[in-house]
Amino acid sequence: MVSQVFEEISPADFFYRNRDIAGFTNPSRAIFASIRELVENSLDAAELAEVPPDICVRLRYGEGGPDSGVYKLRVEDNGSGITSRHIPSAFGQVLFGSKYKLKQSRGTFGLGGTMAVLYGQITTHKPAHIISSTGSTKVYIYEIMIDIQRNKPIILERKILINKEQWHGTIVEFFLEGDYFRAMPKILEYLKQTALVNPYANITFVDPKGRLYKFSRVTTKMPPPPKETLPHPYGVDVETVKRLARMTSHRNMLDFMSAHFHRVSENIAHKFLEFAGIPKTKNPKKLDSQEIVKLVKTIRRFEGFRSPSASCLSPLGEELLKAGILKELKPDFVAVYQRKPSTYAGHPFIVETAMAYGGDIPKKDDFVLYRFANRIPLLYDEASDVSFRVMKSMNWRRYKVSQDMPIAVLVHICSTKIPYKTVGKEFIADRPEVKREILNGVREAARRLQRFLSKRENVEKERRRLNVFSKYLPKIAKFATELAGRERQPEVERLLESVRTVGRKETRK
Amino acid sequence: MKDCWRVFVQLEEKRQENREISALEKKKEVALDLESFGETLYAQMEKGQFPWIRMPSRSIENIYYSPELRQYILGERRVKRSARNVRHIRPLSQLVWTAFFAHELSTKRKTSTLRDVYYSAQAYQMSFKDQSESDNIITDLETVIGLAREDFNIFPEERSAVFGDLTIEYTVPGYEGRQMNLTSHPDGLMVGPALTYSEFVKTSADKVFAIEKGGLFTRFIEESVHRRFNALLVLTAGQAPRATRHFIHRLNKELELPVYILTDGDPWGMHIAMVIISGSANAAHLRGLTTPDAKWSGVWATDIVDYKLPSDPLTEVDVKRLHELQRDPRYKDKLWQREIKTFMRIRKKAEQEAFSRYGLTYIVDEYLPAKLEETE
Repeated sequence: MVSQVFEEISPADFFYRNRDIAGFTNPSRAIFASIRELVENSLDAAELAEVPPDICVRLRYGEGGPDSGVYKLRVEDNGSGITSRHIPSAFGQVLFGSKYKLKQSRGTFGLGGTMAVLYGQITTHKPAHIISSTGSTKVYIYEIMIDIQRNKPIILERKILINKEQWHGTIVEFFLEGDYFRAMPKILEYLKQTALVNPYANITFVDPKGRLYKFSRVTTKMPPPPKETLPHPYGVDVETVKRLARMTSHRNMLDFMSAHFHRVSENIAHKFLEFAGIPKTKNPKKLDSQEIVKLVKTIRRFEGFRSPSASCLSPLGEELLKAGILKELKPDFVAVYQRKPSTYAGHPFIVETAMAYGGDIPKKDDFVLYRFANRIPLLYDEASDVSFRVMKSMNWRRYKVSQDMPIAVLVHICSTKIPYKTVGKEFIADRPEVKREILNGVREAARRLQRFLSKRENVEKERRRLNVFSKYLPKIAKFATELAGRERQPEVERLLESVRTVGRKETRK
Repeated sequence: MKDCWRVFVQLEEKRQENREISALEKKKEVALDLESFGETLYAQMEKGQFPWIRMPSRSIENIYYSPELRQYILGERRVKRSARNVRHIRPLSQLVWTAFFAHELSTKRKTSTLRDVYYSAQAYQMSFKDQSESDNIITDLETVIGLAREDFNIFPEERSAVFGDLTIEYTVPGYEGRQMNLTSHPDGLMVGPALTYSEFVKTSADKVFAIEKGGLFTRFIEESVHRRFNALLVLTAGQAPRATRHFIHRLNKELELPVYILTDGDPWGMHIAMVIISGSANAAHLRGLTTPDAKWSGVWATDIVDYKLPSDPLTEVDVKRLHELQRDPRYKDKLWQREIKTFMRIRKKAEQEAFSRYGLTYIVDEYLPAKLEETE
């Protein structure tokens, strides 16, 4: 009988073995995913420092030249920087990150940056360089590798420079295997859409052939940063309550409920405990497992909790969204619309929609769909996304538009927890609450587009009408004059003028 | 200028009174009518008005059959076309141009085909979508002025011909005063503008045969039908063009010759005869195109039975057409109704050539004398 060998694996080891679930499926996806993860970290870092992001991405051929398939990737930002002692872990330890609190942020796992470095290491076996400063007097330079089995960073070298210019930000530089030319269209599309939804960011990209792609900001106004919040009762599970109970400093259930949950006042806590039949004075630390399970079940049944506030969300806002669309798509018309906050399963979310017409938007067999979640573009698996289904289910003829018109539909969802369907974070699940919000949002944008199009059509019609008069009236005058054998043609300018005045009045109506 | 239509009606009446005026005088008359049309619009614009006209409606609801005139006529309905209306201004300007062009034709004594008019418009930056649009505008001009397009020197493409002892005198430029006998060419003479405008001088004929098909027309000339029957032969070549209908009308009116029409024995042949006799709805705005006393002399449905002619079965379309004709007010007479019913009963049709089964000359030697007797 063969005995089974059990071994514990570290999180780094787990992701090493299952790197495809984080999007590192093949050389072309890997290079796309690395750029994407680092750019998103940089955007978050700049927003944390409340400065408009300046992000510079440089991709070079590795030492073996174009044919080796090895690239050197360097991403620089002007973000908050990382404190010296956290630098090695931030890029050398999987599941170490600053994103475990409840607020809207781009990444969710603290996985991205490290995954990129990890992937680089396993394909090239070269160390990564991290340069960062929080704007203090020093700049730190680390050369690190990851001990995959132990999920620990190995520091190969550490240097400290004097920070004369009070620079703050982070530079990540490492080698990785990839296939840039297959990934190129997606990378460029990703950067363009990122620029669209972050109109206050400067993003520059220099590709291995030295070509420069520059996306400039059109505003320095940034959306207000999201606030951290407590978990909403509807969104917690048994494990969360257990942890809260273990760490709380409160001695009774009344204080426990009102201190650790979102939008639970003393009054509501009071009513809830009565509903649940739990004494107010009970010490939360004394809750046993069964009581915690029962508590969580009772929370789901209690209808007195107030819905979560959207203060932890940071939607882009109609003004910025419009600026971004105008900048990247240069449309003839754009309608943007922000829905009121809503919730699904205790998670607040806001849907922003837009429809744009003409300009750089291509005419194809179908509308162009731009999907965003927490200000990051979603580029893969479009057909599985809830927005795609909403778009397909719409009766567009009601809005007097057809699929062959140059129209872009844009959907942005922001939430403390985006309902992704998979770990790959590429498409959003069909939650009914989310679907309804998207549908209503797209409808409103479509109504506004329809108004624009019909107004434009009226103006066009009026122009054609006037053309008819100014084309034919002089001809009638000319031939009637010749027929009557007269010398002088009758004056028709005044008649034409009268048609114009009436025309103006009609369009104003 | 309360109602310009009334002026045109008066002009029309005046024209009817002076039917016997010479061709040259008539030309002048036409030019004057067109000029006064231009003057009307000119005066409106001088007064600061959008030019407009009122004309009889040619829509199907305004077309009636007149038992007195024995043809279709337009009813009382009038339509107004104003340059103030964006949908009217284009056809109105086309109408004014067409009037201008017709005036040019008559003063310069030139003629033009319908197709020619369509192309000529382009030289004046007037656009017609296609020829049917320009044809339609020409019909509008006929309605407004109350004259046929032939009066404006506009003709369709010619295909019909005439043969027989009739001497005419030309009035067209270059041929004025020249005389011509219509037996001078054995293929017959084309019924074109020159023949239409000619004056009739003398004839020995005492009847007219209008023939649908070229084959029979040629056979009649070869068999000297014109001499043996003392007849003028007119080839209609299918549905008779308006110039030909007008020509037959003149032979009947001016020379008082009875007219006998010979067509194929099917609903389409019947209708060719009927249009020569009673005119078409399309020409309800015009007079002088019909010959109400003309007779349809065959081939009848009863001939198919009586002469045991080789025949083809009626098609579905033929039968449908027969049902339409049965309800048509022009077909209310006994003879027509009898023939329609016979067609429906025997469900057969026969062409004029069917008589050839009895030999090439049978139709002339036997059938024609018999039919003439029958239709007297």
